Amino acid sequence: MIVVDPARIDAAEQFAALSAAGAGGIATFVGLVRADDGVATLELEHYPGATEAALQRLVDEARERWALIDARITHRVGAMAPGDVVVFVGTAAPHRAPALEACAFLIDRLKTDAPFWKKETRGDETRWVEPRGSDDAAAARWTL
Amino acid sequence: MLYFAWVRERIGRGGEMVDPPGDVVTVADLIGWLANGSAVHGAAFADPARLRAAVDQVFVPLDAVLGSAREVAIFPPVTGG
Repeated sequence: MIVVDPARIDAAEQFAALSAAGAGGIATFVGLVRADDGVATLELEHYPGATEAALQRLVDEARERWALIDARITHRVGAMAPGDVVVFVGTAAPHRAPALEACAFLIDRLKTDAPFWKKETRGDETRWVEPRGSDDAAAARWTL
Repeated sequence: MLYFAWVRERIGRGGEMVDPPGDVVTVADLIGWLANGSAVHGAAFADPARLRAAVDQVFVPLDAVLGSAREVAIFPPVTGG
C-alpha cells in the first residue's frame, strides 16, 4: 500500500493498518522532521504519478526479495513542522529477518529512488536540502 | 517539460510545452537547447552535473535518447524520506 498525501501521518494508525494476519514479526521505520539548527518549516515537493510509481516499484521489489505478508509506505508532502512524521514504512512477515531487512531496504532506497525534494525554512531563509553521499552508500548496499 | 524544486523556482514555472529541432537527440541536448534559448533557462541549467532527469516518468541518465518522449522532467537529486 502506497500513500503520498499532505495529510498529517498518525504512526499508530499506520501501524494498525499494516495487515498482520499470520505475521510473526512487524518492522517499522518512522521518519520525523528534525529541528536541525532552528528549522521552522520543512516543505516536501514530489512528482505526482512518478513518485507513487517509484514507491510501488520498491514495494514490488521488496516483495520479490523477501517473504512479506504486507508492506506499506506512507509519505507526507507539503508543509510540515519539527516533530511531524514525514514518512512511515512498515513491513509484516512470518519471521523477523525478512521484516527488518525489507523495512531497511525500503527506506534506504526511497531516499535515492523516489522523487521527493525537501526545502527547509529557518527564520527568513529558505534552502533546498542537498543530497548526502551517505544516503547513496546506504542504498547501494541493497544492490544485488 | 516539467521542473521540480530549485529548477522550477529558477525557471519560474512548473512546466512548459516545447518543440525542439531534429538535432536535439538526448536529454542533455534538450537541456543545452533550452539553456541557449533563454537567460533564465541558461542560469537554471548552468551546472548539468547537479541535474537529474526523467523521460515519461522513468529516471534516465542525461545522455538518454529522447525518442518519442512526451514528458521530460528536469530536477535536482532527490532528498526524500
